[in-house]
Amino acid sequence: MNLATTSLKQLAGALRKRQVSSRELAQAYLERIARLDPMLGAFITTDHECTLQQADAADSRIASGTAGPLTGIPVAHKDIFCTQGWLTTCGSKMLSNFVSPYDAHVIEQFKAAGALILGKTNMDEFAMGSSNETSFYGTVKNPWDLTRVPGGSSGGSAAAVAARLAPAATATDTGGSIRQPAALCGISGIKPTYGLVSRYGMIAYASSLDQGGVVAPSAEDLGIVLNTMVGFDARDSTSIQRPSEDYTALLEQPLHGLRIGLPKEFFSGGVSADVERAIEAALQEYERLGATRVDISLPNTALSVPVYYVLAPAEASSNLSRFDGVRFGWRAPQYDDLADMYERSRAQGFGSEVKRRILTGTYVLSRGYYDAYYLQAQRVRRLIVNDFKNAFTQCDVIMGPSTPTVAFGFGEKTGDPVQMYLSDIFTISVNLAGLPGLSIPAGFGQGGLPVGLQLIGDYFSEAHLLNLAHRYQQATDWHSRIPALASA
Amino acid sequence: MALTETDLRRLARLARIRVEDAEVGTLVTQLSGILGLIDQLQAVDTHGIEPLSHALDLEQRLRPDEVTEVDRREQFQAVAPQVEAGLYLVPKVIE
Repeated sequence: MNLATTSLKQLAGALRKRQVSSRELAQAYLERIARLDPMLGAFITTDHECTLQQADAADSRIASGTAGPLTGIPVAHKDIFCTQGWLTTCGSKMLSNFVSPYDAHVIEQFKAAGALILGKTNMDEFAMGSSNETSFYGTVKNPWDLTRVPGGSSGGSAAAVAARLAPAATATDTGGSIRQPAALCGISGIKPTYGLVSRYGMIAYASSLDQGGVVAPSAEDLGIVLNTMVGFDARDSTSIQRPSEDYTALLEQPLHGLRIGLPKEFFSGGVSADVERAIEAALQEYERLGATRVDISLPNTALSVPVYYVLAPAEASSNLSRFDGVRFGWRAPQYDDLADMYERSRAQGFGSEVKRRILTGTYVLSRGYYDAYYLQAQRVRRLIVNDFKNAFTQCDVIMGPSTPTVAFGFGEKTGDPVQMYLSDIFTISVNLAGLPGLSIPAGFGQGGLPVGLQLIGDYFSEAHLLNLAHRYQQATDWHSRIPALASA
Repeated sequence: MALTETDLRRLARLARIRVEDAEVGTLVTQLSGILGLIDQLQAVDTHGIEPLSHALDLEQRLRPDEVTEVDRREQFQAVAPQVEAGLYLVPKVIE
């Protein structure tokens, strides 16, 4: 079985028909990781013994006829999800010694489904970054070009799936951290509606924006994994309680009459010519599938970046105050008194991007600035939400590029944080509104690097978004193209 | 708005992050750049717009006032830097 060209759905079928055992599958993926990951740096931790034990349990479950759709399937997890008995670092020195004493809700769900933990993937430190260059565990290389970034913050998950080191991986998205790396690595990625995936045990960055999701080669595989991942959890105060849904149920529906909204702000300048060409070709494909275009406007798009860089750092400065060197995580080896211990532990444990965001958040929440920055940002956030509400009266889905350019080079944007922040211009507003967003491969641009098409739907329209992506993937083969490295 | 060195040192103290003298210059420049970005918001007319803290207007759930947690102190303290007799140890704060 060639893992580089076999989808998660096909793997599940092969397991069910006993053409392959879960143990064989786990061994084959672990072998691929051992062979190819030294070039990529996508994984922080693997634990062969643990994964193979889970595989044996899954094989028994399959033999006893009690298997579910994900039983025996290895899944990689972003190192932001607390995993009992596993090092869980969040890409930070602060948690470089943290072996989690409990499981995130997401991990519980996968365990209950009989999926295997294949490993923990690299990421920007505390999910703060768009290039995976802020990780304490080193950069992740883009499998399509090892001199380019994979995107971030879920860069390890995206690179692992792009190189077919895992059939699917979990990820999280606060301002684009699923969709942007999925786009830059040429795979599919979905950020569900805020509240669908529990944040329990998902290390917090900006709680009103953080949302768990999945990356996988195809929309069909995303739907299968999402079915296991989504679920109400009382331990997350913003978890949404609604009837469970089969995210693969609508995949085959025809697209006739679909109205695609094209926000002029997503197409006016700032997008490189190669990305624009690929997106235009994708839109023409959708027209052939029966869709029509509608010109719309999201007038406050440009403000989404400044709004985000007030609200996310504000929430982060509060969330990350828990890292004090007392109950868990890094403690400075030498200090004078309690205050000095806090200050040194945090100075040593956090990297520079995390410090910048904590300091920014401290600033916007401090006396005299709270109204001018924090409350003003929350007001503009409402304007951005209203833009989307208006847009969805005119169209069924919003489409545009996931990112302004294809993958950029290492060090290209690290000197100027603001330049890095602006690379998330098309994804951030979706988090501010809490809407579901999807990125799918839509061809290649400069240097043979992947381009991502973003689909934004109304609240709880995940099954519909996956339908739109799946029909496109039946008509095109961009999602099944793999980097040369992956076929080795 | 440009940040001063004094502002930066005050923020660092509030955030409990030690900043070395050699870092101050770079941090002032970078944070000033970020503040320049977010200052764009000042020009937006938001008169009469209510602040939005959460995209989906959710109500906080209530649960019965029952003990649901089990005692896992040992497991949780196993990852602490320094514990003794079930207590977290920190430098002395009272003479």
